[in-house]
Amino acid sequence: MTAGVAAAVSPPLLRLENVSVTFDGFRALNELSFSLNEGEMRAVIGPNGAGKTTMMDVITGKTRPDSGRALFGIETDLTSLDEAAIARLGIGRKFQKPTVFEFHTVWTNLLLALASDRRPRFSLFARQTPEERERIEVILATIRLGEQRRMPAGALSHGQKQWLEIGMLLAQDPRLLLVDEPAAGMTDAETRETAELLREINRVHSLVVVEHDMAFVRELGATVSVLHEGSLLAEGAIDEVSENPRVIEVYLGR
Amino acid sequence: MQRDAHSALTVGLILGGALLMAVLDLGTAATSALHVPDFVVSLVGKYLCYAMLALAVDLVWGFAGILTLGHAAFFALGGYAMGMYLMREIGARGVYANPHLPDFMVFIGWKELPWYWFGSNHFWFAMILVVLVPGLLAFVFGFLAFRSRVTGVYLSIMTQALTYALMLAFFRNDMGFGGNNGMTDFKDILGFPVSARTTEVGLMLLSAAILAAQFLLARWLVRSRFGQVLVAVRDAESRTRFLGYRPESYKLFVFVLSAVMAGIGGALYVPQVGIINPSEFAPGNSIEAVIWVALGGRGTLSGAILGAVLVNFAKSWSTTAFPGLWLYALGGLFIAVTLFLPRGIVGSLAAGLSRLSQPSAAPLAVGARPEPACHAAPEPAP
Repeated sequence: MTAGVAAAVSPPLLRLENVSVTFDGFRALNELSFSLNEGEMRAVIGPNGAGKTTMMDVITGKTRPDSGRALFGIETDLTSLDEAAIARLGIGRKFQKPTVFEFHTVWTNLLLALASDRRPRFSLFARQTPEERERIEVILATIRLGEQRRMPAGALSHGQKQWLEIGMLLAQDPRLLLVDEPAAGMTDAETRETAELLREINRVHSLVVVEHDMAFVRELGATVSVLHEGSLLAEGAIDEVSENPRVIEVYLGR
Repeated sequence: MQRDAHSALTVGLILGGALLMAVLDLGTAATSALHVPDFVVSLVGKYLCYAMLALAVDLVWGFAGILTLGHAAFFALGGYAMGMYLMREIGARGVYANPHLPDFMVFIGWKELPWYWFGSNHFWFAMILVVLVPGLLAFVFGFLAFRSRVTGVYLSIMTQALTYALMLAFFRNDMGFGGNNGMTDFKDILGFPVSARTTEVGLMLLSAAILAAQFLLARWLVRSRFGQVLVAVRDAESRTRFLGYRPESYKLFVFVLSAVMAGIGGALYVPQVGIINPSEFAPGNSIEAVIWVALGGRGTLSGAILGAVLVNFAKSWSTTAFPGLWLYALGGLFIAVTLFLPRGIVGSLAAGLSRLSQPSAAPLAVGARPEPACHAAPEPAP
């Protein structure tokens, strides 16, 4: 499914319109426009400082843009919401550095991520339901951590923590998953498994994957958006993009 | 099961110890070798109140990661609310025999009771104040601080400033709370003479019962899903945000609850020590409470109680045995605990026990239970 065809059918799931972000005079995002369709997997690449993480920050409410809009679904403007509200809308985010609740077991990590009422007065009396148990089992199988369910997350290997965090995103059951450098610091075998895991997830969820590793992007088989100095430089299939002379100049050719 | 044994042991020790004290005081002759003198009973009562403060500190520091260095302020406010009632109970028996005004107001030439003293002659009203005043202050402070996402050392400094500001305010005579001297010379509480032996024993037993109830409440809280979220906020706040939780709501809830618990401790403290004055707001008091918790075991609840009782017992003993050396001893104790017992007494014991029961488990397996935190994980400095 290419972006063009799907866009004609239904409105995009996520649309950034001329988003600009400035930090102390540094333009992290410069009139960035970006669009993602429901069910799509997109890889976002670009050199350091291209604005990849800032783009994630804008979408998830961590950073407010100076100008521009970030639309989710039909007409929800994300730029007026905070992180929790955006998460509840169905946008999950995986950080670059695996961020899990190290003190809690793998099981509890997933339980806390499961979509349910997030307010304190609910959580005071919440009990684990059979449906929750079932869903956690399914996710444990997907992220290949069934054996480690009783282990504290802090005792997992780096790659396992990455998977656990992805599992927590799945537990949130978001419409859109933002994944920041999932393969960073992984072994080759773990990288391959992660690509497979993301493709599996893409069957049900829309994904934006920020990545440095071109081999990994190739393995994902996703459409690629190249960012450069806070704007979109090129977009298309990986082979197309990697032939693009401008892309080669700013990024690949270095 | 092991967890419940832990709770049962803690509650049993608190209640059993208090009852034993009561029996050995009231039930034995003063000449008996087993006799517990009255001053020991009120000393124990005082320790139990400190334990409530420690429990409150542990709840926010051990489980929500809020290093509060101003919790004694809530304790003191609860104490002042009780003090107001006790002052009014004196009635015309004061030095100036003024049936309406407490002595210190007569002394500074006030003619009538300020508006905020109205109702304080009713015990029930004072009890509402005990809960409301610390709770409200914690709510306002916490609402502003947590919503602005103030964390770590900045928050700690703000809590210090809070208690220091209150101390300065309460030192002023025209605040209407007795200024420098505070409130003292209490006569009775609900008609019972405060210095009577039976009243002292009764207050000590009541303190034990309330401490036990607070412990069970805190225990239930940290083992609920709420408590699991709290620990998650402590360890990875931004992760909870991106999962759709609002950490500020969780922190605010537990901060207010903890302030109320500390306030109740302060209210029970005042009739047992017979005085409340602004020195209770001194920043050092709050820091000391953190040391009790660190020594007993942060994030263990029972460790907070143990730490408060042990340190204060040591303080009572050393200030008579080696007057002037206490602060050095306290400082040394804190350094020793940080270096050799980073989990505190209860945390280290629990770690040792779990290593015995599963010898193959890695050290990290201390936290390897589905239940929420029962021992503090070693945490980066705030």
